[in-house]
Amino acid sequence: MDARVRLPLGLGEVAVWQALGLLAIVALFALYPVIDRNIGHVSAVADAGYFLLLVFGLNIVVGFAGLLDLGYAAFFAIGAYTYAMVASTQFNLHLNFWPMLIGSACVAALFGVILGFPTLRLRGDYLAIVTLGFGEIVPQVFLNLDKYTGGPNGISNVDQPVFFGHAFGFNPVPYYYLYLVVALISLVLLNNLRRSRLGRAWMAIREDELAATHMGVNPVTTKLLAFAMGASFAGLAGCIYAAKLTLISPDEFNFSVSVTILSAIVLGGMGSLLGAFIGGLLLALLNFMVLPQVTNWTHALGTALHNEAIQNADLHYIIYGLILVLVMLFRPEGLISNASRRAELHHGQPATSAAAAGVE
Amino acid sequence: MSAPLLAIEGLTKRFGGLTAVKELTMHVEAGSISSLIGPNGAGKSTVFNVITGIYVPTAGDIKLGGASIVGRKPHQVAAAGIMRTFQNIRLFAFMTVLENVMVGEQTRMHATPLDSALRTPRAQREERAVSERALELLDFVGLSAQSEQWARNLPYGMQRRLEIARALAPNPRVLLLDEPAAGANPVEKRELMALVRAIRDRGVTVVLIEHDMKLVMGISDRVTVLDYGEKISEGDPQSVRRDPRVIEAYLGKGA
Amino acid sequence: MAIFLQQLINGIAQGGMYALIALGYTMVYGIVELINFAHGDVFTLGSFLCIAILALLGVSASGQIIAGWQGALIALLVVVLAALLCGVIGVLIERFAYRRLRNAPRLAPLITAIGVSFLLQGVMRNWKGPSEISFPQFLPNPTFAFGGVHIDLRELLVVIVSILMMVALQFFIYNTKLGKAMRASAQDRDAASLMGINVNTTIAWTFFIGSALAGVAGFISGMYFGTTMFTNGYQAGLKAFTAAVLGGIGNIAGAMLGGFLIGIVEAMTAQYISDQWTNVVVFSILVLILVLRPSGLLGEQLPEKV
Repeated sequence: MDARVRLPLGLGEVAVWQALGLLAIVALFALYPVIDRNIGHVSAVADAGYFLLLVFGLNIVVGFAGLLDLGYAAFFAIGAYTYAMVASTQFNLHLNFWPMLIGSACVAALFGVILGFPTLRLRGDYLAIVTLGFGEIVPQVFLNLDKYTGGPNGISNVDQPVFFGHAFGFNPVPYYYLYLVVALISLVLLNNLRRSRLGRAWMAIREDELAATHMGVNPVTTKLLAFAMGASFAGLAGCIYAAKLTLISPDEFNFSVSVTILSAIVLGGMGSLLGAFIGGLLLALLNFMVLPQVTNWTHALGTALHNEAIQNADLHYIIYGLILVLVMLFRPEGLISNASRRAELHHGQPATSAAAAGVE
Repeated sequence: MSAPLLAIEGLTKRFGGLTAVKELTMHVEAGSISSLIGPNGAGKSTVFNVITGIYVPTAGDIKLGGASIVGRKPHQVAAAGIMRTFQNIRLFAFMTVLENVMVGEQTRMHATPLDSALRTPRAQREERAVSERALELLDFVGLSAQSEQWARNLPYGMQRRLEIARALAPNPRVLLLDEPAAGANPVEKRELMALVRAIRDRGVTVVLIEHDMKLVMGISDRVTVLDYGEKISEGDPQSVRRDPRVIEAYLGKGA
Repeated sequence: MAIFLQQLINGIAQGGMYALIALGYTMVYGIVELINFAHGDVFTLGSFLCIAILALLGVSASGQIIAGWQGALIALLVVVLAALLCGVIGVLIERFAYRRLRNAPRLAPLITAIGVSFLLQGVMRNWKGPSEISFPQFLPNPTFAFGGVHIDLRELLVVIVSILMMVALQFFIYNTKLGKAMRASAQDRDAASLMGINVNTTIAWTFFIGSALAGVAGFISGMYFGTTMFTNGYQAGLKAFTAAVLGGIGNIAGAMLGGFLIGIVEAMTAQYISDQWTNVVVFSILVLILVLRPSGLLGEQLPEKV
């Protein structure tokens, strides 16, 4: 069966069975709220949407351009606060959701450039720590500027979107479809970008910055574009997140959010768009469906056994920690990856001695 | 005599107390093959690094086609038309052979990120043209069969040739080759000589740093010899070969 | 003036703790070029272990005071045991999580270290619960007054212990065979190994000493603040790392200097600006130093290799 189908939107050619599989997956996602009538489930899967957008954005920065950003949650916060401040009772501004969707992305992208600029000359691990510092500073600033941001209480009564007269309200289904549409568009755009002039420039910077600049890649604009585009996804996610939840507070955007997103990318395979997608879906599933369920069970078990420790057990930290450690140790290329990359990452050395002499 | 394409005038580069290159003047004619030779540590690679903008010269000037390129950043030097290879090959290991060459064409491309993300007809046309040209270059260096492999999986000799193809991608005016024959066997060296001549015949001016005298003498129009950062001899291969200062620098006094 | 001096003393006491933790970061970075992200959590684990050991000794958070040599003996026993345990945990972390990745791409061990950090937090979270837990205050705490300035025994203890540890470490690094092996390995691992130094053992000892110092810091932090929490190590660790970077990463004297400076900056910010802004100020220092002078105050400025 070697008939091949050319997918639309520049997604390339695949075998027929792969195309059918893809169609089935898209159909499953499109019909999910019809199949599963449990509103709680739909809400959880919808939340996977913002998670996935964050994974896509961070994957540009970490996966494509090789810049380890540990403060990515800051841009999520900036996106959420941008929308919440202009579309709530906070200042009694009630700007429309749809233009603000783009507006939040732009504000986050702007901050991506501002915070990215000082890091341009830094080596990998120093860049990681500087971004981590930004990740600490930004939520703290939101916390402290309580005149504008509501301080520790955050901003409540955030406006919900209205689509041609249909108010979204608290029904998760429209949010689900909004996330689905945004995620699908993002996937197509990112796939195009990855195989473009800019995508190759990002990867060249990731592989060897010095060589890349000698081949004509401008390191400043290339890196800033990675920070800006990465941040814009977080801005989008933050905007929808704030609208769906209708309230936000500074402690939702801490370091563990950044680490959770990073785990998804590491699990899926750094640099691979498909990997980011699958890693993101798996961890979103874990985060929004499996772990809450496990917490319910352990709580019930602890109550039955009158054991407080089991009752209060919490596996989030342990599981994310284990994912990072085990994947890096035993499958550093992630779930989705190429065989050659696997060989290098496992042995820390190029496969052939000839290559060893050449690739530093 | 017409004005040289690449003119290095009184170039000095000091690192702290160490003078790596001292008052070097070197003129490269358009369409020629020039070589820069000298014992280890003579400052040859430093000359390349200054030309390509890694280092700013302490004194002196570098002109390409009459315009000074001193103070330009590496990517601007590349855009001006000077491309290079590296002494210890620096390919983009986890990109395909074709993608490596396509990175080299960055400076010739005009697609904006928006064009690329939306795959506008303009971007698609450019992408097609660029990949066709990259394939043509791979064919030129004899790597068309490997175009979809990871760069890092190529054997050493092929990696050297890929680096050359990548540097040729934007159709540069000057190509700087840093020890292209290092680690090559005699057969590969002969192939390399033919390749360098073919590059020259495409209209690219070549400057190479090389240790292999037979190769240097065989293909160079002009040879410049450095020792401790200073030019000690210059001329056509025959005259340089007979220059007593060159013999002394290579073999030591009393040889 | 009295307020300023009082804050200076608070800052120095807090800074002593940061300095002790910073030593672990700086030693490990000096030798394996890894930002050991889990180090701050080893520090918190030190506090947790102290609480557990005290419980075994029958000392609880009930507020009972054990004065005289008995109290001193218990304190000594607890701090030594906690240091040893933390040291062993540090060695285990290096052996099982980092060693395999020593030659991997640079970011791989950093990501692993973040994972270990989360893992340790998860263990502590399930061990003692999600909220603040109290640290038994079993030592008497007389206050000494000099003019308008008050120093209590705990503050004195923090400063004395941290300075003692640093002097001992400095002596160790410069005067023992192992210390010299560490310095040699930090300079050039391959050359050190060619000279007959067992690099694996040296690295293991580096982790042991760094983690043991974090354990000591865990004890004095518990005594000083009276509480701890499973997430404490993250911020304390980040501030200690800031201290290490400020002083010049890889530089032991720099880590101490950086620790005290960060402690003082924190105390002064809290006094003269607002305690809401201390974290912002400290992390801004981290960002500024890394961007403007990555070699820190005492580090050497190294040119980048091409």
